[in-house]
Amino acid sequence: MKTFDYVRPATIREAVAAASEPGAAYLAAGTNLLDLMKGGISRPSRLVDISHLPDLDRIEDLPDGGVRIGALVRNADLARDRNFARRFPVVAEALLSGASAQLRNAATVGGNILQRTRCAYFYDTASACNKRDPGSGCDARGGDNRLHAVMGWSESCIATHPSDFCVPLVALDAVVEVEGRMGRREMPIETFHRLPGDAPDRENLLETGEMIVAVRLPTQAAQFAAHARYLKVRERTSYAFAVVSAAAALRIENATIADARLALGGVAMKPWRAREAERLLAGKRADASIFRRAAEQALVDARPSGGNDFKVELARRIAVRALTLAAAGTPEQSPALPASLFAANNRVVIHA
Amino acid sequence: MPVSTTLKVNGVTRTIHLDDPRVTLLDLLREHLELTGTKKGCDRGQCGACTVIVDGRRINSCLALAISHDGADVLTIEGVAHGNRLHPVQEAFLAHDGLQCGFCTPGQIMSAIGLLAEGDAGHDPERVREGMSGNLCRCGAYQGITQAVLEAQKALGAASRKEVA
Repeated sequence: MKTFDYVRPATIREAVAAASEPGAAYLAAGTNLLDLMKGGISRPSRLVDISHLPDLDRIEDLPDGGVRIGALVRNADLARDRNFARRFPVVAEALLSGASAQLRNAATVGGNILQRTRCAYFYDTASACNKRDPGSGCDARGGDNRLHAVMGWSESCIATHPSDFCVPLVALDAVVEVEGRMGRREMPIETFHRLPGDAPDRENLLETGEMIVAVRLPTQAAQFAAHARYLKVRERTSYAFAVVSAAAALRIENATIADARLALGGVAMKPWRAREAERLLAGKRADASIFRRAAEQALVDARPSGGNDFKVELARRIAVRALTLAAAGTPEQSPALPASLFAANNRVVIHA
Repeated sequence: MPVSTTLKVNGVTRTIHLDDPRVTLLDLLREHLELTGTKKGCDRGQCGACTVIVDGRRINSCLALAISHDGADVLTIEGVAHGNRLHPVQEAFLAHDGLQCGFCTPGQIMSAIGLLAEGDAGHDPERVREGMSGNLCRCGAYQGITQAVLEAQKALGAASRKEVA
């Protein structure tokens, strides 16, 4: 690991000033950053430790019915907050399906949003990677691309975003609040993460020195609480990143879908909001045939790279099953195996 | 850049002077405090061998920067027994053969203590396996580990569970 200066600011303003220097990086829990630093993938010359900043670890109900989650709230604390999990169960389920209990106890909300891809070529400093070393090329494209993107990728990069948490956040129109030298601003999380284009090293809209201070969920997001599920295919039952995942949320009135939300994980460098599929679902009866049509629509632009051809049909099936589980209703208790295909209470029979 | 950090480790306040900010909590315990019960497996947050309890929560000490944890209260495997009386989780691991080679065991036990304190597992083996999935055992003693955690759960009454961590 390259050595660094360690700074511990007392206020957000001090933190922003310290992190505006070239080579600086914010440190919260460090569960992703320290791993990247040990591997020589991230080489900051200064760490600005924001983990002791006051007031960023709160979950606040807002007067308009929304909720504001401080950037330093731990993943486990958010998932276990009863009031939050009751109103936004799909977010809690996604959180509990991510990483391990130890990592969820440490990792923060802001850090989860900013976590880097798990592309093996990004991690292997001997490989060409435009994200790690702009202009060096992309060894994933002609390499082992089983786990890579099928949507929104470019010639420069076919990596995926690894977060589970961000998938329902995108489905539910969460907003990211950031603070920098020019003050505070906010943006929808759907636009916060950037697709690779010709600059895969720029993964989000943060400017130099800017930090995430909070994420907000609007009050409308709670209207899906009765019919919202996260489903995640992993290569082992627990403690693995998603091969493909889906967050599905329905508002059902008189057996008709009044409003639908669908986002896919593991298919692109950002959680993939399937807006056309949502439009297709609105106003229809919740049944297997409309779910399959929505899933077809969600993947209509998919372009696999060879090793990941299977992901396109897998993503369709996971979308269908997530919608089916959502229609069946959010379970009263968190499943023993969150977001798992093998959870006992997930055994809804569906043959789309 | 010399730095110092003050931690409470197994109930004792320790001030450690470091000549390098890169030291992880794991290396601080093992190399500076000679508490080698906490194991270094992968050193990258993938195996759970380094699990300790910090401020009542189980975490991977390999992915925690020591200087960032100034003021923290750390419990390691060396601190869980009372004299010659083993912690109920340790007793249960012995009773159920929750180990073979033993390398992952301190991490497994600290993780199990953390899991029981979290109170999410109930008496459901599936919830225990899910809750322990951050601790790998390459000998494959998972069956015994699950049984041990379930038994320890019974041994520790619900009332005292919060106090174990």
